[in-house]
Amino acid sequence: MYYIQDLFVNIARSWTSWISGFLPLWAVSGVNYLIMAVILVMMPVLATLTLTWMERKVIGRIQNRIGPNRVGPFGIFQAFADAVKMLVKEDVIPTDADRPVFNLAPILIAAGAALLWAVIPFGRGMAAADLNVGVLYIIAIGSMTMIAMLMAGWSSNNKYALIGAFRAVAQLLSYEVPMVLSIATVALVVGSMRMGAVVEAQVVPFVVVLPATFVVYLMAGIAETGRSPFDLLEAESEIVAGYFVEYSGLKFGWFYIAEYGNLFAISAIVTTLFLGGWRGPGVSAVPALGPFYFIAKIVAVVFLMMWIRGTWPRVRIDQMLGLAWKVLVPVSLANLLWVAFVMKLPLPTALQWVLFVVGGLAVLAVALGLLGRAGRRHVASKGMVQT
Amino acid sequence: MQQVIFIVLSLLTLSAAVMVVASRSLFRSALWLILAFAGIAMLFILLQAEFLAFVHILIYIGAIAILIIFAIMLSRGVMDPNEPRFNDQWRLVIGFGALLFVGLVVIMLRIPWPVNIVAVPADAIQLLGADFVGTYVIPFEVASVLLVAALIGAIVIAREH
Repeated sequence: MYYIQDLFVNIARSWTSWISGFLPLWAVSGVNYLIMAVILVMMPVLATLTLTWMERKVIGRIQNRIGPNRVGPFGIFQAFADAVKMLVKEDVIPTDADRPVFNLAPILIAAGAALLWAVIPFGRGMAAADLNVGVLYIIAIGSMTMIAMLMAGWSSNNKYALIGAFRAVAQLLSYEVPMVLSIATVALVVGSMRMGAVVEAQVVPFVVVLPATFVVYLMAGIAETGRSPFDLLEAESEIVAGYFVEYSGLKFGWFYIAEYGNLFAISAIVTTLFLGGWRGPGVSAVPALGPFYFIAKIVAVVFLMMWIRGTWPRVRIDQMLGLAWKVLVPVSLANLLWVAFVMKLPLPTALQWVLFVVGGLAVLAVALGLLGRAGRRHVASKGMVQT
Repeated sequence: MQQVIFIVLSLLTLSAAVMVVASRSLFRSALWLILAFAGIAMLFILLQAEFLAFVHILIYIGAIAILIIFAIMLSRGVMDPNEPRFNDQWRLVIGFGALLFVGLVVIMLRIPWPVNIVAVPADAIQLLGADFVGTYVIPFEVASVLLVAALIGAIVIAREH
């Protein structure tokens, strides 16, 4: 019974003790690291195979269609059909492309999507490397994605690709600031940058305790993955496909995998930071339930992002930058200041957390009020009819 | 084992640094520079300074290298590989470069580098943070005032247009 209760950790322990029987110590850790690395690399691929199907179904339902329904029951093998199509396509490299850089970019971008998974805890004691600077690691990996996008856009020798890369970097740089500020707020409350500690600290999920931080992080996260309404780095109607317009075949496939891998990873980070990660009813008695709660919460966040994609129009580039610098940065800064101030007050933790909620809601209310006033002023100045 | 990793990483960093000045394409130079930064970050990890390593990646690769690439992309004329590699000041520059190199070597040889075999404390980040608002509060604050001044300056310049 005990074995079942903490199934995954016990399987890992049994495996380690079994191979220690006939392997030297360095080989045991080598084999274990290799297995972990393979799992991490498989995560974006797994995300692509499942989430593309989910996205098509969800968007289809939102648009009053059925979505894929020909390949397999409910079309669940649609992603496999697409994968085969991608594999047999011709690999085209533009004549004037900077070949080594052109070939390196898809590798780097897919590596970035896989590396994010290294610090994410799937359950208690179930992270590949629970670094004590885990949240900082996540932000640092994001900068690798930016470099890969610039490399792809520049080396393609195509103006649409270059414009896409410029847009991508402007967007990622701008939204990194509110993202870092909201992660800093969480780290301040937890008192640690370790992802495992963040989950352990969430007696109440931080989405309730830090509502403003959650909203800012979710918007910044959608922008970082380049999804609608912030998909202007690959806006099909304006710049064809953005920074990866010249890629075809499997190299295009790597960008596709990176996109869905990032979507899955950002949802996992949102779950870890704000939704209590693997926490759930009965998880302290039966730790093996943790990963299932974790995956269920991730899928809920992914669904929320698809819902937003299916219902919101794309923002313009000036609106996108304005939202980051004029709304999200002040909101997250005000929230961070409030949290830092309350943390210094000599109060019991529960009362502090209540004050966090009050402050967060006040910050959100003020921000929305100011935005509403600005919108009404804009409508009046343009002479538009207010409905 | 650690020695071997150190030598490999140093060779990687140094050869990337050489390629930065040897490469004919400015964009490639910037990419080699990123590799050199990554090598330095890996050296930090080897020294068990994960915090410094990831901050290094974040600041140098995520911000400074991106800025350099933006500056290169916005000045396309300098990308022509047929441009002469040197202008007529190269002799003077070699002289000053050699002088700087000699000066740095002399300083490095003169300083007794303290080698500490003691393990890195687990709360190294807390100690670093406490030092920033304790012992080194004045340099820290001066640096942040400088950064704020640069930020305001950038906004003022951008506003005029």
